[in-house]
Amino acid sequence: MSDQPPTAPLIDRLLFGDNQFLGVNHMSEERARAQAMRFQDTSSVMEVLDIAYEEGVRTFMCTTHERIGQVADRVRAAPERYEHLTFFPGMPYAHKYANAMTEDGVVGAIRRFLPDQGLLDSAWRGGRSLARKDAEGLVTLLVDSEMKMFRGLRTPVIFLQNVVVDFLLGLGVYDAFAMFAAHVREEYGAEPGFFTMNLPRLLDGLDRAAVENPIVCASMNKLGFRMCGGVAAYEHVLAERTFRPIAMSVLASGAIPAREALEWACALPNLQAIVFGASSRANIRSTRAIVDELWPERT
Amino acid sequence: MIRIGVVGLGKMGMSHLSMLNVHPDASVDGVCDTSRYLRSTLGKYSGLRTFARFEAMLDEVELDAVAICTPSFLHAAQVRAALDRGLHVFCEKPLCLDPAESLALARLADERGLVTQVGYHNRFIGAFQEVKRLLDAGAIGTVTHVLAEAYGPVVLRTKGISWRSRRSEGGGCLYDYAAHPLNLLTWYFGAPVGVSGTVLGRVFSAEIDDEVASTIHFPAGLNAQLSANWSDESQRKMTTRITAWGTGGRIFADRQEVQLYVREDATPPDGYTVGWNVRYTTELSDPVWFYVRGEEYSAQLEAFLALLERGSGDDDHGFASAAVTDAVIAAMVTDAARLPTAVDLQMAPDASTRRPRHPSRRSRRQDAR
Repeated sequence: MSDQPPTAPLIDRLLFGDNQFLGVNHMSEERARAQAMRFQDTSSVMEVLDIAYEEGVRTFMCTTHERIGQVADRVRAAPERYEHLTFFPGMPYAHKYANAMTEDGVVGAIRRFLPDQGLLDSAWRGGRSLARKDAEGLVTLLVDSEMKMFRGLRTPVIFLQNVVVDFLLGLGVYDAFAMFAAHVREEYGAEPGFFTMNLPRLLDGLDRAAVENPIVCASMNKLGFRMCGGVAAYEHVLAERTFRPIAMSVLASGAIPAREALEWACALPNLQAIVFGASSRANIRSTRAIVDELWPERT
Repeated sequence: MIRIGVVGLGKMGMSHLSMLNVHPDASVDGVCDTSRYLRSTLGKYSGLRTFARFEAMLDEVELDAVAICTPSFLHAAQVRAALDRGLHVFCEKPLCLDPAESLALARLADERGLVTQVGYHNRFIGAFQEVKRLLDAGAIGTVTHVLAEAYGPVVLRTKGISWRSRRSEGGGCLYDYAAHPLNLLTWYFGAPVGVSGTVLGRVFSAEIDDEVASTIHFPAGLNAQLSANWSDESQRKMTTRITAWGTGGRIFADRQEVQLYVREDATPPDGYTVGWNVRYTTELSDPVWFYVRGEEYSAQLEAFLALLERGSGDDDHGFASAAVTDAVIAAMVTDAARLPTAVDLQMAPDASTRRPRHPSRRSRRQDAR
């Protein structure tokens, strides 16, 4: 799928996130709404994405929100302009399911988003458990329906969102991780990625699922915000465990000044990449400059 | 190790199950749901022991506590059955649709010395806890008026198949959404003395309310306006907000932040100054053992388990407090059936000249479209 030489690293060290485009802000609902207004037009999203691209930040780590589908359309329409743009999709856009669940119940919500309901319906009516083959089929259908918007685009890593990952982790349904990993490898030639707020525990879960050297994106910041298990446990697994870690929420939505936050993150052992969000050229450029300075050997 | 059973595998039951299942001091020894499909699938992939009937689970498994997450109309009987067997109970909100039952269950739990809690998770959001501390410290002097709000995108079309679309089973914006800001009000200001001006409005639903407005009256002249709407597509997810005005300033809070304005002649609490102060969730949230969908969901279960391990202590969030919320909800339902005070247009001096203008203005606009 990729036209990059095989020696090129799979993961850039700076990845561009999409929270700012979708009205997600972990500090202020007011700020989140202002962003939702600013970016309700896809052209305003493209303007910022273009700036990031020009500044050399060429991996867009995004959810499967329908707005991203419009971004994907624009990128597909200008293949030369976006020749080196890479998507790391994270699925599903969970609020879609959560809101549907309040209205239709758990199974109803899944059914609502399934392109083919036959599979779930026969087991549902018969009251049988979902056989492994059917569970795999369900994972396939859900992943494929979320991936439709990226057809023809470069998606070398496909992530499962933290709400789903951590929910399954809590239930101990490790098989689902293996099913997801197998499907994105086979169908998309992509590496599976996992978002989590519970990094140390997830690594154990992925071991149980036999997902080797996994790509895991977790909150990592000086404040210990959304780092279940604590900063020390995170530092320990980063140093000791075999996986490809990506840090998110490094600035804790702006609670930590950028340089201080990035200095802390860049000093973490074995960190592969940092995902960040920004809405202005100045912030994108300065983030890039700080990371270039702190991680010179990886330029 | 606290042995716990989870009853009802809906959105909340699944979410609580996921957190309890990995709590270091808890062991989920039974899970119960009417859906054979869910039971067998969950049992197969998680290894959890599942039951079709609540009573069967209580008969067959030694438990210390249950988490009841079934549709609201089932709570009363299930909670009673659990308390009768000496089990501690965490129950999803609202506790009961009949406030008399809520009160009876609170008394029963009290007599038996059992720990109870109801899933009003907003009480475990750092920002709303900070509001409680600020109000208790008198940060804005005497509180004179409060606005308590909840908005979100749940019912956005004229369809709905779950129990949440049936009033008799505990559905509707009043039980599902408005109960949250209302419960915060009772936590902050105690039991109200009355309600007035309640409107339970429909937006898309055929049988139930999608919008709620009401005035809640507290002792000493304090009143609060309650406003909720679960058909608000402009919200990405549910948002709950509290705004309180007092003689010494104003507090605003949602799950992300607290904004406190302190007047010059008031005394700011420790760590705050005169004028504007902002505290964010990043500094107000305590770490939790496991995160699925918000620190508050983990923190409320942690508080329940901690209380249970201690055997007694601060019972701020127990059945007695939830029974107050249920009583206010019942009063709101009664109040909503009352007719509004009529407006006598004859009293307005130019009523006769003004009236005909409205239809013509409206029809002009329609023509323009």
